[in-house]
Amino acid sequence: MNSYLAGFLLGLLIIAAYYISGEGLGSSGGYRDCVIATIHDVAPSYAEKNSFIAPRLQAGHSPSHTFLVYLLLGVIFGSIISAVLYGRLKWSIGKAPHITNKKRLYLALIGGILWGIGTQLGRGCTSGLVLSGMAVNSLSGYIGLVGIFGAGFVFAYIFKSIWIKTSKNKK
Amino acid sequence: MGPLFPQGLINEEYNLIFAFLIGIGFGYLLEAAGFTNTRKLAGVFYGYDATVIKVFFTAAVTALIGLFILHNMGWIDITLTFYPKTFWIPTLIGAVIMGLGFVIGGFCPGTSLSAASTGKIDALVFIGGVILGIAGFIFTYDFLWKELRMSGAMGKVDIAQWLGIREGLFIFLFTMLALASFYVFQLWQDSWQRKLSEEDKNELGL
Repeated sequence: MNSYLAGFLLGLLIIAAYYISGEGLGSSGGYRDCVIATIHDVAPSYAEKNSFIAPRLQAGHSPSHTFLVYLLLGVIFGSIISAVLYGRLKWSIGKAPHITNKKRLYLALIGGILWGIGTQLGRGCTSGLVLSGMAVNSLSGYIGLVGIFGAGFVFAYIFKSIWIKTSKNKK
Repeated sequence: MGPLFPQGLINEEYNLIFAFLIGIGFGYLLEAAGFTNTRKLAGVFYGYDATVIKVFFTAAVTALIGLFILHNMGWIDITLTFYPKTFWIPTLIGAVIMGLGFVIGGFCPGTSLSAASTGKIDALVFIGGVILGIAGFIFTYDFLWKELRMSGAMGKVDIAQWLGIREGLFIFLFTMLALASFYVFQLWQDSWQRKLSEEDKNELGL
């Protein structure tokens, strides 16, 4: 799909989400609610003492009644529909050709862990913190934008060998 | 007048059904835009693929202008939404950690779910990492993160007010910035044309 059209439609979805539910599109919040519910199920007394979990339990944040969790379920279906239509539904590992599968999976794991920590510290991810924050002119969205992409460009320079074949890692 | 759910104009079941439908649209667009391809996402940082900038800033500008109009027409009251509060210190530090995670892991939480749904094994592993990271954060929260996470509290801050300019002017300036970035990133992408192999171009859909 044309990038500008995809962006325009995505923008309309954000407006719809704010209009209907009063929430933006977020991803990390749904993950968080599932993790919290799991911890609460496994170790309820610990969960009630943990000051990150406790206020969220009192607020009645069950994943089965959470906007962001249903949003994520929708994302799974929507992605599959699009992948089927474009003929892209198949098992594979995405990476630059000069990187081994094993290395790619280790890097994906480390990257994921960093996102897990960063989203909870920073209060959201690219969609919930930045995109949805920017949509309502929130300062925190722009701080997230500058932080993620600003740091991204610096780290991309340092870790260039992950994505770009250079003379150093040609062999 | 919106937002509907916070004012009790629709019940919770409808809200969750809409969440699911909006999610389907969100997932469809992420996949259709090519965001399940980790190389396309990483391309924004090296300039060989401008897709992320185009999709992301077009979405931001569309939502920004749309909500600005709806708010000023009195069709939605932004103050009744879950308007994010600003805690500038943890958000800035968290964002830098996320930037590092983006370059190393090649996804963000939303795009990884979309990619994993379409069979990308690296995205599945990435999601495993996200869950581990969140769990690790929660388990160490009370003695490691709590103070930092609550620092730099500023309340609900509108960036235009913070800068001391009118909302409309800010949106105009941001739109100009987005248009300029489309032009610059397109030039950067074009400069890669000779350096990319035909295989690369096929895979990236360039």
